Formats: sequence, structure tokens, C-alpha cells
Amino acid sequence: MRSFIPDYEMQTPRSLGAALDILARDPGIWRPFAGGTDLMVLLEAGKLAHRHYLNIWNLAELRGIESASWLISLGALTTYTDVRRNATLAREFPLLCRAAAETGGVATQNRGTLGGNIANASPAADTPPALLIYDAELELLSSRGSRRIPYRGFHGGYKKMDLRPDELVGRIFLPRGRTGWKSYYRKVGTRRAQAISKVCFAGAVRFDGKIVDDIRIAIGSVAPAVVCATQTEAYVRGKSLDAAAIAAARQVFAKEIAPIDDIRSTAHYRHVVALNLLEEFLTTTAAQ
Amino acid sequence: MPDARSPDAPGTIAVRCRVNGRDETLHDYPMARLLDTLREKLHLTGIKEGCGEGECGACSVEIDGKLVNSCLIPVAQVEGAEIRTIEGVATTEQLSVVQQAFISYGGAQCGICTPGMVLAAVNLLEQNNHPTEPEIRAALAGNLCRCTGYMKIFESILRACDRTEVQS
Repeated sequence: MRSFIPDYEMQTPRSLGAALDILARDPGIWRPFAGGTDLMVLLEAGKLAHRHYLNIWNLAELRGIESASWLISLGALTTYTDVRRNATLAREFPLLCRAAAETGGVATQNRGTLGGNIANASPAADTPPALLIYDAELELLSSRGSRRIPYRGFHGGYKKMDLRPDELVGRIFLPRGRTGWKSYYRKVGTRRAQAISKVCFAGAVRFDGKIVDDIRIAIGSVAPAVVCATQTEAYVRGKSLDAAAIAAARQVFAKEIAPIDDIRSTAHYRHVVALNLLEEFLTTTAAQ
Repeated sequence: MPDARSPDAPGTIAVRCRVNGRDETLHDYPMARLLDTLREKLHLTGIKEGCGEGECGACSVEIDGKLVNSCLIPVAQVEGAEIRTIEGVATTEQLSVVQQAFISYGGAQCGICTPGMVLAAVNLLEQNNHPTEPEIRAALAGNLCRCTGYMKIFESILRACDRTEVQS
């Protein structure tokens, strides 16, 4: 059943400072509302439990993609369209552009934001795996100040994250200048556009000759949150990727993921696909 | 529900914006869907509700030149915005080139997806006046049609890119 709209409140702060003051004054009462592509779906389905929202869509301080020599700084309200159209991101962080292009359709990409994709904390979100393999960092803002944390480790469980009730995701930082990495991204869904992922896999690897010098693996829809496969990463590091090593890596990975049955897919299908994507990532990058 | 259209209904807000080139003040609850407000207050019923969850594109409108699903926009977020609906695509009795092409080449059947399809196509052509078929498919990927099988829609848009063919 649809929600009763008069039950919901939304206020629009005039500035970032005003927004942070409201969050500090009544922690947990007002929740940030950005592009609405997730929250409005819940509203329509009568499943939006929280009633008070802070409209942050117009806060210019949280927009913009800026380049410094050592990093790219993306405002939390950067939309998927903004990501797709940015030439620097296309050149240096192509998997993020790919993830943005494979999220929803044009209308969703015009409203959905990176900060929203992070703070909504869906285990099926498509940009977090790409952000994770690029070693993204987050700037979290509150009226007390700001803190900067690695994105890796931010999601602690289903809808659990290292974000306090008075904090907003302010910016996302991508460190530049990584060289020699090969990367891989694949989203598996029912339809190329619009469909929410059954499995979403991102990987990056750097070889020293035939040996894996360093590696990143991040995957969505196979655990209560988007996760990094740290055990698989540790297993593969220092190894040459022959058939035996890849088979063993699959076994480590199989123990690290915990997919479930839900409306979009089954645990069994996700398990098989996730392992196959790991193998495709390792074999194709090793052969390049 | 209290009458949200009354400017002084408790809990409602006044949102000033431009809709199809006219200044409007929309009175509604802050999280009313833009889709409902435009249909019920301004009677812009060309905007259709299909799925109500951002999947089908039938409720497409433009906000500040960007295509969006109006079912996913709370009205509080359009303060100061420039909105265009399907009613703003042809400003005279003369149909737009895209609308005429949909008629001429069978792009419209039952009509529920058509306003969103046309608006998505117009939005694409304003950014890229000679798109390839893959570009058209990508731009319309968020608009679902149960009738046409899409091919006649893609053809209509390709034809619309060549005005002389549309008029012949």
C-alpha cells in the first residue's frame, strides 16, 4: 500500500553549514535525502519507515568533480551522469564510469548520486565495487568537523556503516597516479539497463612479471554489504596465476562470499556466477 | 487526506518553479511526488504513471534540461527549477518532428509509454542531433514499451533526425 504523504516531512537547508547544524541538533531525527532514486521507491511501496528528511539536493558545496595532481575529489552529490561525462575519470578510473553507465537508465543516472549509493548501503549497489578497487577515501562532515577514512571497511554489515547520525558523506577521493594496474568490472543483471545486480564484480591487479604483485577484489550482492575479498586477495598475492592457483583461489573465494536467495536471484546462481567472474578476472588480466 | 491543493492546508509548502515556460506556485506536501502534483494541480495528464518506482519511464519529465522520472521526485526538490513535460514539447498546434515521426512510423501504439519515449528522444536529440541506433537504444533504455517491440520507436527517432523524410 502507498504511503500517506502528509506523514512525511522534508526541510531544505540553505547551506551545508545549516544542514550539519540540523543533523547535530537532532541526531537521528533528520536523514539526508539526495536524488531520491532509492528512497522514493520505498515511499511508493509504503516501506519508507523514517519520516523526516533533509533535502540536500541543492547544496552546491557537495557537488563538483575537482582534480588535484594526486587525487580526484568528487562531491557526494556527483550524479552518475556527471561521472559518465568526466574525461579525467574516463581516462584514469574507467570502471567507475562503466559502473555509472550500468546503473539504471538516463533518468536514474541524472538523479542518483555516488554519496547516495554509498550511504544507502545497499549490498547490490553498483558503484561501490569500483570505488573500492580504486582505494577510494571518504570525507565525512559534521558540525564537529570532518574526518577522512578509507572506504574499505566503511560497510560493516547489512545497512551498517561507519557513519554517525550527525554526519554527511561530503566528498569521495580517488588517489591518482596508480600505474601498471589491469582492471575488470562486470555487472550481471536480468537486463542491461535498469536491472539491479544479481552479482557485481570489480577487480584490479598489478603483475610483476607473472607474479601477482598487488590485487583488489570487490563484489556486490553476495554478502550483507558490498565487500572486499580480502582473503582471496591475500591468497593470490605473490602467486603466479596458473590453472592450479586459479582453482585454489576459487575455493578461497567460495568461503568468503555468502550469497542469499531473494527476488532477483538464488544463492546458488550467485555463488556459481561470482566464482566464474573471479576466474574470468584472473585469467583475462593474466593473459593481457 | 486534507485538500493539499488549498494553499493553507497544514503541512503543505509552496514551491515556485517554471513549468513549460510559465511561472507556477505548487502547493503540496513536501514529499508529494512531482508526478501527482503536475497531474492533479496543473492537469498535465500527458505525464503517465506506469510502475511508480523509476523502472518504466512513463512519467519522464525534464528538470533543468535533464530527463528524470517524476515519480521519484519529491515536489520540495523542484523549488526554482525549470520543468518541461510532454505538453511543452509542441508549443503550437504543429506537432514536433519527433511526435510526427512516432505517428508516421508506428512508434506509438497504446500510448502509455509514448509521452516518456518522445520526451526521452527529444532530450537525446537536443544533445546529439544525429545519434546512432546504439546511442538511441542507450538513451531510451529507461523507457519501457509493451506494444511496439521498440524497433518502430527506434526507426521513428532515426527518421526524425532527417526532417525531410518525416515531412514526405
